[in-house]
Amino acid sequence: MSKQIDLVDLDIYYGDFLAVEGVNLTVKANSVMSFIGPSGCGKSTVLRSINRMHEVIPGAHVKGAVNLDGENLYGPNVDPVLVRRTIGMVFQRPNPFPTMSIAENVIAGLKLEKDKKRKESMDEIVEKSLRGANLWEEVKDRLKRPGASLSGGQQQRLCIARAIAVEPQVLLMDEPCSALDPISTLAIEDLIRELKDRYTIIIVTHNMQQAGRVSDDTAFFNLSGIGKPGHLIEVGPTAQIFSHPEHKQTEDYIAGRFG
Amino acid sequence: MATTSHEPTTTRADPEGISGAAVRRGDRTFLGLSTGAGLLVLVVMAAIAVFLVWKAIPSIQADSANFFTEGQWLPDSDPPVFGIAVLLFGTLWTSIIALVIAVPIGYGIALFIAFYAQRRLASTLAFIVDLLAAVPSIIFGLWGLYNFMPYVVPFSQWLSEYLGFIPIFANSQELWTKSILMAGLVLAIMILPTVSAISREVFVQVPRMHVEAALALGATRWEMIRMAVFPFSRPGMISAAMLGLGRALGETIAVALILSAAFEINWAITEPGGNSFAANIALKWGEAGEVGRSALIASGLVLFFITLVVNMSARWVIARRKDFSGAN
Amino acid sequence: MTDLSGLRSGAPVPDTTPHSGPVTSSEAPPPNAGGRQNRGDSADSLHLTGNRLPRWAPWVIAAGAIILGLLVQVTGITVVGLAPGFVAAFAFLLVQTATSWTVEGRRHATDRLATTLIYTTFVLALVPLLWILITVIAKGLSVFSPEFFTSTMRNVNPRAEGGGIAHAFVGTLEQVGIAALIAVPIGVLAAVYLVEFGKGRFAYWISFFVDVMTGIPSIVAGLFIYTALILTGVLEQSGLAAGLALAILMLPVIVRATEEMLRIVPNELREGALALGVPKWKVILRIVIPTAISGIITGVMLAVARVAGETAPLLLVTFLAQDMNPNPATGSQASLPTFVWDQISRGTPASIDRAWGGALALILFVLVMYAGARIIAKIYSPKAR
Repeated sequence: MSKQIDLVDLDIYYGDFLAVEGVNLTVKANSVMSFIGPSGCGKSTVLRSINRMHEVIPGAHVKGAVNLDGENLYGPNVDPVLVRRTIGMVFQRPNPFPTMSIAENVIAGLKLEKDKKRKESMDEIVEKSLRGANLWEEVKDRLKRPGASLSGGQQQRLCIARAIAVEPQVLLMDEPCSALDPISTLAIEDLIRELKDRYTIIIVTHNMQQAGRVSDDTAFFNLSGIGKPGHLIEVGPTAQIFSHPEHKQTEDYIAGRFG
Repeated sequence: MATTSHEPTTTRADPEGISGAAVRRGDRTFLGLSTGAGLLVLVVMAAIAVFLVWKAIPSIQADSANFFTEGQWLPDSDPPVFGIAVLLFGTLWTSIIALVIAVPIGYGIALFIAFYAQRRLASTLAFIVDLLAAVPSIIFGLWGLYNFMPYVVPFSQWLSEYLGFIPIFANSQELWTKSILMAGLVLAIMILPTVSAISREVFVQVPRMHVEAALALGATRWEMIRMAVFPFSRPGMISAAMLGLGRALGETIAVALILSAAFEINWAITEPGGNSFAANIALKWGEAGEVGRSALIASGLVLFFITLVVNMSARWVIARRKDFSGAN
Repeated sequence: MTDLSGLRSGAPVPDTTPHSGPVTSSEAPPPNAGGRQNRGDSADSLHLTGNRLPRWAPWVIAAGAIILGLLVQVTGITVVGLAPGFVAAFAFLLVQTATSWTVEGRRHATDRLATTLIYTTFVLALVPLLWILITVIAKGLSVFSPEFFTSTMRNVNPRAEGGGIAHAFVGTLEQVGIAALIAVPIGVLAAVYLVEFGKGRFAYWISFFVDVMTGIPSIVAGLFIYTALILTGVLEQSGLAAGLALAILMLPVIVRATEEMLRIVPNELREGALALGVPKWKVILRIVIPTAISGIITGVMLAVARVAGETAPLLLVTFLAQDMNPNPATGSQASLPTFVWDQISRGTPASIDRAWGGALALILFVLVMYAGARIIAKIYSPKAR
């Protein structure tokens, strides 16, 4: 079910400002890729351009292509609404809808499409998605409680459940653990390893150890100076990037010499 | 202001001043003055109620009819006959019509500025809508009477011809000008900036992460608004509508010019019917005698009370919002 | 669409990933479904390219609707009695929604309908604003003359042309000035209390009633001054009484505006000065208020603009006057809004013309205040000195 993603000569702009330049990158199906790099290098921007969330910011646009199993997401006639349904996203801070219950949060995306042919009932989908996010056992007795009543880590898993309820092919995660405590972080990392059986996953992280623990491949982004565009410096199997990086910049960054 | 005279000659923090009585006196005077100013707000509100009640009592005692159910307004006849039934009806009915028209449009304007217009233009567009609030009500009345009414009359005739089977649109009097609908339409324009400014304020407070969460789930812009914006903003939107209602209820001069006073309760909005508290006070004041003025004060007291309740509930609704937003 | 992505992944490390991706084009087979679908219902297929209406479609529909409207206009055929403009508007909404629903589906059709309606609401707000401004300017300018600004209505027959607003202008300036003199110090002090000292229940209730006071009908303010000061013999019906009534309407506006400005003064400024041992009242007078002063002035000007157009309370506490009365303490005094009211109620063509002239003068006064407020806010706001 999951798909391969290819970024082809991708330039990303905020208005006239070129934020990221010339990214070429392939993410294999059913793998986890980490984006690492110093703040401001554009890794989150690249991530957001993969499900066309980048263009939500006024004036923001891209040049180049993002291909999902060969189909360009920026091609003519492509509907960004459908792209975002196919490529789910989890954000830095857990953001369940505050006025909805846990169960309503899970099915929020599904309720947009009134599909009469759906075989499963909403209750089944809620259970399946919450199980998929390793949250079911913790919340099954309080599905009617507000989503905001959960702890930060539980809220983040609720957001993952909400994202997988619409059955996407790809999951994008933008620093999903940066607002969480270590225990919750471990729970999310376990979940990511389970999810890669079903989804292609890209995760942006500032945490080197986390990239090492969860990802198959790692891409390192950097920028040469303030006001200059970010570049993809190096991409490869995580083990290789961490042990024998080809570029000095990568080595310095991983060794903690800057960033 | 008096405080400046306590000021020591130099502005440098001299050690003498720190422990000195002058500083404490200065602080105390300033605290006293500013507390007094705050207190004055409460005093004025209380005084309004007290004085209106005090001066309303003579006429209510003299009234030979029931003050709440009587429709006539003849306080200076002998015996005085007057009541607020028609005023209450006309005030509420015109304001409700204004709300029904202005609230959806006001929300639409607020959504347009917050989510549809270019960000660079947003503050200018908001300013333009606020300009509508700067137009004095006498000018709304003048324009309504001479420029807008010629277009409302055919609209009323259309309503009664094609929708006349619904009682409120029927017109049996063949009187079309200065109707309830006319007043409602002008009031709607007048409260539009209130409704749109307050709802815009709550719309722009919707956290960006909720907006993005909805979009990332594959919502269209409208679905995003329904999923992330409306639930979050509901108390503010209700409050905006109620503050608009408060403004419509108390509007005086425009209504006095464009609603012809009819001392009967008539639900047909294309005909004149009813009257409003504020307009009645403005129109009857000059010719009123002693009991007449007292009676008008009594009706003003009722208006004050109604707007007080509406405004207090609006503030109460929006104040609760702060509690529920919670950890987010 | 050319897709060679498989051949060029991250430039510096060309061989990091095995290339399972299609090399030729988008027609290459994905694992389980063929090529590009339109609106496939199968959950497995990639349906990214939902059918969309081309970008020109709404314009074509709009053009068609306008032509339809013109046809209705020219032929005189009526569609349930609607004016041609309405026919065109409804036709546009109907056709666009129907087309979108068939081509793009329910969700996009709803989105388009919502977008159209939301744009329409903004236009609906502009129509009365422009209409009023243009009418007032056009009709008012035709009355404007040097005489209009320098003469009063003394001995002017309502049916005759001539006369002017000098007395009304003086009255408005004095009444609004009195209102500002009273409301500004009290309002600023009350805001200082709320921001710098206010804690607990008392401050909560003051803040709550400031909000509620904003909603008092202006006529009630007039009734209050009448009952409290005129019926009790403290004042006679005069410009001063009018100024007091306007002060009540101004007060909450000034408190709110000042409060907002004081709250954005950074706490570091206060703490820095307090740490140097400067007494609190001096910190407020010397640091907090000067930092916020441009915002406070802006708020005051907006409040002045707001009350300058008030008519209702003035009708109760000062009579209409035809003659110049520069003394606000005694006797009735005219003002711009009551001048307009008076001229409308006389109902002769000449007096209606004068009403428009007065309306234009009033709107100019208000707009000057608004523009001034905006300019002051623009000049001083970027950096609080």
